[in-house]
Amino acid sequence: MTRKSRRMYVLVVAIALLASATALVLTALDDNITYFYSPSDLKTKQVTVGRALRLGGLVEDGTFEKLDGGLKVKFSITDGAETVAVTYEGILPDLFREGQGVITEGSLNEKGEFVAHEVLAKHDENYMPAEVIEALKASGEWRGDEEQITE
Amino acid sequence: MIAELGQFAIIMALLAAIAQSILPLIGAERLDSRLMAFGSQASLIQLLFVFLAFGCLTQAYIVSDFTLVNVAENSHSTKPLLYKISGVWGNHEGSMLLWILILAVFGAAVAAFGRNLPVTLKARVLAVQAMIGVGFLTFLIFTSNPFARLLLPPENGRDLNPLLQDPGLAFHPPMLYVGYVGFSVAFSFAIAALIEGKVDAAWARWVRPWTLTAWTFLTGGIALGSWWAYYELGWGGWWFWDPVENVSFMPWLMGTALLHSAIVVEKRNSLKVWTILLAILTFSLSLIGTFIVRSGLLTSVHSFAVNPERGIFILFLLAIAIGGSLTLFAFRAPSLKAGGIFSPISREGGLLLNNLLLSTACATVFLGTLYPLFMEALGGGRVSIGPPFYNNTFVPVMVPLLLLVCVGPLLPWKRADLIGVLGRLKYAGLATILAILLAWYVTEGGPLLAILGLGIAAWMLLGTLSEWADKIKLFRAPLSTSWQRMIKLPGSTWGMTLAHSGLAIAVAGMISTSAWKVEDVAVLKPGETISVAGTDYRFDGVRELVGPNYQAVEGTFTVSQNGEFMAVLKPEKRLYNVQKMPTTEAAIYSTFVGDYYAVIGDQVEDGGWTVRIYREPMVTWIWFGCTLMVLAGLLSLADRRLRVGAPAGKRKQEKREQKSQRNAAA
Repeated sequence: MTRKSRRMYVLVVAIALLASATALVLTALDDNITYFYSPSDLKTKQVTVGRALRLGGLVEDGTFEKLDGGLKVKFSITDGAETVAVTYEGILPDLFREGQGVITEGSLNEKGEFVAHEVLAKHDENYMPAEVIEALKASGEWRGDEEQITE
Repeated sequence: MIAELGQFAIIMALLAAIAQSILPLIGAERLDSRLMAFGSQASLIQLLFVFLAFGCLTQAYIVSDFTLVNVAENSHSTKPLLYKISGVWGNHEGSMLLWILILAVFGAAVAAFGRNLPVTLKARVLAVQAMIGVGFLTFLIFTSNPFARLLLPPENGRDLNPLLQDPGLAFHPPMLYVGYVGFSVAFSFAIAALIEGKVDAAWARWVRPWTLTAWTFLTGGIALGSWWAYYELGWGGWWFWDPVENVSFMPWLMGTALLHSAIVVEKRNSLKVWTILLAILTFSLSLIGTFIVRSGLLTSVHSFAVNPERGIFILFLLAIAIGGSLTLFAFRAPSLKAGGIFSPISREGGLLLNNLLLSTACATVFLGTLYPLFMEALGGGRVSIGPPFYNNTFVPVMVPLLLLVCVGPLLPWKRADLIGVLGRLKYAGLATILAILLAWYVTEGGPLLAILGLGIAAWMLLGTLSEWADKIKLFRAPLSTSWQRMIKLPGSTWGMTLAHSGLAIAVAGMISTSAWKVEDVAVLKPGETISVAGTDYRFDGVRELVGPNYQAVEGTFTVSQNGEFMAVLKPEKRLYNVQKMPTTEAAIYSTFVGDYYAVIGDQVEDGGWTVRIYREPMVTWIWFGCTLMVLAGLLSLADRRLRVGAPAGKRKQEKREQKSQRNAAA
């Protein structure tokens, strides 16, 4: 085994690994990217029913209600311009409440309702998900940085 | 007054670090031993001042000095003492100071323990170490001063995020930081070696204990963080492929590769250039980890604040550190002499394959973590990448690595006979097949992939154990001989066996809990029972509790199987007084075969409560395996052969002197 052939061997193995990893990454990216939508995006863009996506905004005041004995909940997410109805079954995060920024993950059903299988409210009271801030800014509903980002 | 002392101390530390990063370098160039020796003194002075500053900040937290912005924003007078102290690093400024403290400790440790390092190498290592310190101290002083005062101090503080008020998380950041920062020593050694233009077996011997220390703590830190997420977040998960988890995992993957490649440099004087590159990349990933988390680029519980000034400073520091070191590498690496030759099937070849697989795995994690950032920067919209991505990329890359874990150590150096080696693993192979059949039987033909996964874990464990048995000639020689051989095994060999076994056990836990986890959500009234995976949970009702700085509702569950009492679970839902923030405290009954996990949610109108029950098979194996890996790291560190220049070396030297005296006397 000479130095040259060793280098060849290493190179071949490295390239093979890299190629298979790239293939894996590309296919995985194709299937597993979740796009973020604001309620306005959801209304204006064509969204396939059943395609997994993230929807974020503020939980609209006065829309939260419990269905069927309390495990199933319904609320609306708004970015000020548009509003989308969301249903979710399960325990909501500790910091979930009306008026708060949330991100939900799920898909649209045929009725145009968003069925969430995951609801994320963040770990911190002062925290507003960056995606939600952007969405609010885009719809002109954003009120001041000093209010949310207390540094 | 104390705060001003702290402020003064960090400025003095910066001055010491600046001097330390320049003078020893000049000394090493001119072979001026006084300038070179200055590096050691300066590193001790730097440590002293940083320690003083850290002490001042801790003092401010303990006495709740709310004239400091930092204390007022992150502490509260009613907080328990442990969390007052852990609050010191529960925020951006304090955590940076802790980072710098650990960096200074490592620098001083190199100065103190590296007594028989070549003087020029030592001077250069200390100078590079100080350069990192200069970067961080400047960052601290100009953008993140922990000692900033408030003109109008509030009556009381804003308290620490309640999620962070937990014993597991009190020690998670320091451990993680010892890991991150520990790799700075490997980095400094790599840069110093590039400056010197020389890498040899001795260099690898000096680097390995530092890398091992860092790796051990990083393993512990990640495990602790995952354990915390498991019991504190109340989701019953132990790893979420969250960006902040990934950024600690990437240096771990690269550090593991570095640990293995340094063996090849030490034993065979080969793979030198690659090892240097790995040392640079590992620490670069640590830096990226620290900064990405802190800069708020990736948002989570860890990102304390978004501040553009800091972000730019951070990018600048990253560019200098990573760009600079890689440029130096590109210029100097070709001049390093290549080492010994080996065949593809050999110990070296195995370790190289380990490195390639670990780096590829790390690259997939890197892509998944940063892809959303790239997408956004390129205007591709906001996206997120979840666990399925990693299951389809990271896991397939890891499978061959895990399969080879127990084969590699059996390969001899230079050239190996693969058939012969596999022949030595035939009993392990047979036992693995039995283990797969057993898993098949117990799980009643559960998911095939999970059963095969358990097979991989069994193969790793059995193969590792059979290699160990081989080494001590168990059952092939009288037991007393085996015993003699066993106690003579060096610490690093024990470390290898233990680390690989720990990995196998952790993998078994990860697979089982991912494949056979059972989850149920229900609304229960007091007295009602829910049955999850053959276990009955009777909800006995709730009561109110008052803690030191929170109020809570505590539910009681009686857990039984087939009418036989097992445990009482008392999950809580807490509301912290100051931040008005609710948190979930899960109640967990752990057994060898699995955890019984209960969470209580909100009350619904008709007197029922939402509850969540999880059955997590073998989940504790994950942390047991990690504990074994940490122990393995400590055991290897205790191996005298590794401790070049450590006290043991001194003892040996004394012995040698005694011997020569005796010889002289004779």
